[in-house]
Amino acid sequence: MRAYGRSTLVLAYPALVLGMFLLVPFGIMAALSVFRRVPAGTFEPAMVPDNYLNLLTPFFLDRIGFTLGLSAAVAVVCVALGFPFTYLLTRLPRRRQVPWLVFLLAVLALSEVIVGFAWSVLLSRTAGLSNLLVWLGLLSQPESWAPGLTAMMLGLCYLAFPYTVLVLYPSLSRLDPSYLEAARTLGASPLRGFFGVIVPVSRPAILATLVMVFVFALGAYVLPQLLGRPQHWTLAVHITDQALSRSNVPAAAAMSITLLLASLALVLVTAALGNRRKEQP
Amino acid sequence: MPDLHLTGIVKHYGSVVAVDHVDLHLPAGKFVCFLGPSGCGKTTLLRMIAGLEAPTKGRIKLGEEDITDRPTHRRGVGMVFQSLALFPHLTVGENIAYGMRIRNAPKADTERRVEELLQLVHLPGLGSRNVSQLSGGQRQRVAIARALALDPALFLLDEPLSALDAKLREAMQVELRLLQRRLGVTTILVTHDQREAMTTADLIAVMAHGRVQQIGSPLEIYRNPANTFVADFIGSTNMLPASIAERPGAVWVDGVVFPVAKLPAGVAPGREVTLSVRPEELHLLTGDMDQRGEAVLTGTVSFVRDVGQSVEVFVECGGRSVTVVGSPKEVPPVKAGDAVRVAFPAEACVVLAQ
Repeated sequence: MRAYGRSTLVLAYPALVLGMFLLVPFGIMAALSVFRRVPAGTFEPAMVPDNYLNLLTPFFLDRIGFTLGLSAAVAVVCVALGFPFTYLLTRLPRRRQVPWLVFLLAVLALSEVIVGFAWSVLLSRTAGLSNLLVWLGLLSQPESWAPGLTAMMLGLCYLAFPYTVLVLYPSLSRLDPSYLEAARTLGASPLRGFFGVIVPVSRPAILATLVMVFVFALGAYVLPQLLGRPQHWTLAVHITDQALSRSNVPAAAAMSITLLLASLALVLVTAALGNRRKEQP
Repeated sequence: MPDLHLTGIVKHYGSVVAVDHVDLHLPAGKFVCFLGPSGCGKTTLLRMIAGLEAPTKGRIKLGEEDITDRPTHRRGVGMVFQSLALFPHLTVGENIAYGMRIRNAPKADTERRVEELLQLVHLPGLGSRNVSQLSGGQRQRVAIARALALDPALFLLDEPLSALDAKLREAMQVELRLLQRRLGVTTILVTHDQREAMTTADLIAVMAHGRVQQIGSPLEIYRNPANTFVADFIGSTNMLPASIAERPGAVWVDGVVFPVAKLPAGVAPGREVTLSVRPEELHLLTGDMDQRGEAVLTGTVSFVRDVGQSVEVFVECGGRSVTVVGSPKEVPPVKAGDAVRVAFPAEACVVLAQ
C-alpha cells in the first residue's frame, strides 16, 4: 500500500510538469482558436469555427503545403549530408572525434538571428562569396544570392546540420564495426557495403532523425524573414505576423493548431511507413 | 586449393608492435588455430590475412599470387566475426545469399545454394526466419553458412564460439571440425581456448608477444613444447628448475639425477634449464612401492582434489609444489600430510633451454 502511494507520488512530478508546461498552454491556445475576434484588436470568449473556416483559402493551403515541403526538404538534405558525415566521424579514434563534436555544439549555440545575418552578408553582392568567385575568375561580376529560396534552404540546413549529427551520433557510434567488414568479406566494395548494409541497418535512426529535423525546421521563423522573400515565408512567420502585427490572436492560434495537426499526421504516416516496411520479409 | 604463405609480417599501431616478424606456411586444406593469450597479435594476424588491416611490412601469398595489397572484397575469404555481424535487416536466407546477390548470381541458383548451406549447418527450412528469432547457436551456424556461401579459398574464424555457453561451445567445436573435414577448406581459427584448439586443429600456432612461439600438431605441441611459455600455456604442467648433468642424457633437480629421453641441442653440462613434466605422466608412490628405476622426489601431500572422474594430488617437495593427476584407479589413496614419493618417467621429462 505504502509502495503504491510512493509510486504515485513519483509519477505526480512529471504529470505536474507536463500539465503546467504543455497541457495548460496547449489548452489555452486551443481555446483561443475558437474565440471570436473583436475589431478593436482583442477577442472575447466564444465557441465559433470562424477562425478555422477562414483558413480554407488557396493562400493558406499553399502556405501550409510550402511549409511542410520546405521542412521535409531540409530534413532530407540534412540527413543525406549528415548520415555519411556522422558515420565517418564515429569511425575516427575518440580523441579525434572530440574537436568535431565541440565545433558542432558551438554552431548549435549560435542564435538563429546571428546565423541569418551572417549568411545574408555572405550571400550578398557587395561583401559576399560571389566576390571570391569573381576574384578566382569563375564569375564576371558579383551577384546577389540572398534573399531567395536557395539562401533560405542553405541557412536552415546550416542551422539543422549540427542537430542532425548529434541525433544520429549515439546510434551510429553503437553500430557494430564488423557489419561493414562482413559485407566486404562477402565481396561488397566499401561503398556498396555502406549503402547495402549500414544504411538499411540504421533505418530506425534515419527515420527518427528525419522526423526530429523536420519538426525543428517547422519552427524556424527568423531565417525565412532574413533570407527569404515574402513568398517564401513559412507558416511560422505568418503566425507571428497574425499574432503580433495584426493583433489577430485567435487566427494565429487556429493556424498553429492546424500546423500542429498536419505535421503530427505527417510524422505518424512516416512512422507507419517505417514499421510496415520492416514487417515485410 | 593453394597454400598460404606469410613472410616477415610486421604490424605496428603507432609505437605498439602487434605482430613481430611472423613467418608461417599454412598448407592447403588444413585446419589451423592461432592460439594465444589476449593481446598476442593473433586477431591482428587474421585480419591482415582477410585484408581488413594492412601489414606494416611483409608479404602474404596465396599459392603463387601475392595478395598483400588486394582489397578484402576481391580476396575470396569467408569470415566469421566474434560478434557474428549478421545483418539484422535481412532474414536468415538473405544473410546467406548476400554474397551471391553482390555477384548478381541467378535467383534460382542462389535459392538452391542457400537451402544447401542451411542443410549443411543443420538448419533446414529456416531461411525465412528473422535473425532476431534465432538462438545463439543457430546464429553461429548462420554466420558459418554465410561465410562459406561463396566457396572461399580461406575460411577465417575470429573467436566465434566465445559467446556460447560451455556445453554448446564444445559441441560446436566438434561440428566445426567435421564440417571442415567434409569441405576440405583451408581454415584458420583464432582462439585463446587451448581445449578448443586441441579439438579442432590439424596445426596449432601458439602465439605470444606478436610472435609465433611454436607451430605443430596439437599432440606435438602438448608433448614437446618448444619453450616454457608454450609448456605453461598449453594444458597444465610441473616446471622445475634444473641443470644439465655431466652424465649424458640426464639433468640435476634438487640434487637428484633425472634421466631424460632427450636434451635440447647445444647445451653444455652445468647449464641452467627448466624441466617440464605433465601431471598425468607422474606416478605417486607410497610405502615401499617399486620405483622401476625412475627418478623420484620425496615430499608431503598438501592437498587432494578428488572430483570423481580424476584425482589431483598436490605434493610439497622441498619447497616446490608438484601436481600429480590420474584416474581414481591409478592414484593410490592418500590424504593431506602423508609422506609420498613422486616418480618421473624419463620419456615424460621435457628439458626446456628457454
